[in-house]
Amino acid sequence: MKLLASPAVKVGISISIATGLYGVSFGALAVTSGLNFWQTMALSLLLFSGGSQFAFIGVVAGGGSGVAAMSAATLLGMRNGIYGMQLNALLRPTGWRKYIGAQLTIDESTATSTGQTDPDEQRRGFWTAGVGVYLLWNLFTAVGALAGSGLGDPKQWGLDGAAVAAFLALLWPRLKGREPIAIAVVCAVATVVAVPFVPAGVPILVAAIVAAVVGWFSHGRRDEGLEPDVEPYGDHGHHPGGARLRGRGVRREAGRRGAADPEEGR
Amino acid sequence: MTLWIWLLIACVLAYAWKLVGYFVPAKFLEDPRTSRVAGTMTIGLLASLTVVNAVVSGQGLAADARLGALAAAAIALVLRAPFLVVVIAGAGTAALLRMLGWN
Repeated sequence: MKLLASPAVKVGISISIATGLYGVSFGALAVTSGLNFWQTMALSLLLFSGGSQFAFIGVVAGGGSGVAAMSAATLLGMRNGIYGMQLNALLRPTGWRKYIGAQLTIDESTATSTGQTDPDEQRRGFWTAGVGVYLLWNLFTAVGALAGSGLGDPKQWGLDGAAVAAFLALLWPRLKGREPIAIAVVCAVATVVAVPFVPAGVPILVAAIVAAVVGWFSHGRRDEGLEPDVEPYGDHGHHPGGARLRGRGVRREAGRRGAADPEEGR
Repeated sequence: MTLWIWLLIACVLAYAWKLVGYFVPAKFLEDPRTSRVAGTMTIGLLASLTVVNAVVSGQGLAADARLGALAAAAIALVLRAPFLVVVIAGAGTAALLRMLGWN
């Protein structure tokens, strides 16, 4: 009962349900992209990072090779390394918790944790969202995969349209301000230009290189695009933008603290 | 069979990224460029994947029902619909347009 009184646990549970549910769309799209049931489940159980999972099946669905699918998924997973660094500074996990926590390090658990200011709440938020999303995401991936394999022609159901919508929905929350929109447009154009000249799947990697070069040589916000794609504390109307800004502040602060004194963030 | 191999390599590398954050000393990752590149690459990859799935067909471009899905998804997102609703809007629009004869 006491746990349920924790705001971080409550938010973690609602995020888990919302995110877990759309595992249905991943499962259904994965099997209609040509993966079998266990390949689909392996992605949700082992890879466990929505964007990278959708990237992998998106490349396969477009006729790309396994190498291209693996590369796109891996490049998209880089941000989890940055989240891991932030969470390590914030939560200071020890022993086996690091290995389990690492697997649960995704947009949702990071956002739930860094949106809190109290260290205990940050810890509860991370574990509730991490474990909750993991269980429900895998459950609903299985449901989607089983339902998807009985659908017949995926195009008749518009499942290729579902994939387009899924990628736009993953991108959308990161397009705040002029710079990220400019990056998205440049990469979209680079993709279209590359299509006739390179094998399927490779245009996505060309766009990744363009984006990396822009990030390396330009001087913008250091956390551009690293806003997790969920806003567990936003959109409730009471304090417009307040929770988001607080979350960001905590994360920036954690980075600074880690730099100045590794023992402080406790 | 080879798809399995690349799939499992992707799983191992995804876990490796996650572990890096917890085990590599913070000073190696302090360079603001590292997080910049991780962020811009996330935007670039998702933008590219959106475009590829919307208009690319093999090694050419095609304007078909998927464009309708893209527009429907954008409208749903402007209206602040949750993820699953956006996905269903995309699928429904593509299916409807095909039924009406636009492939």
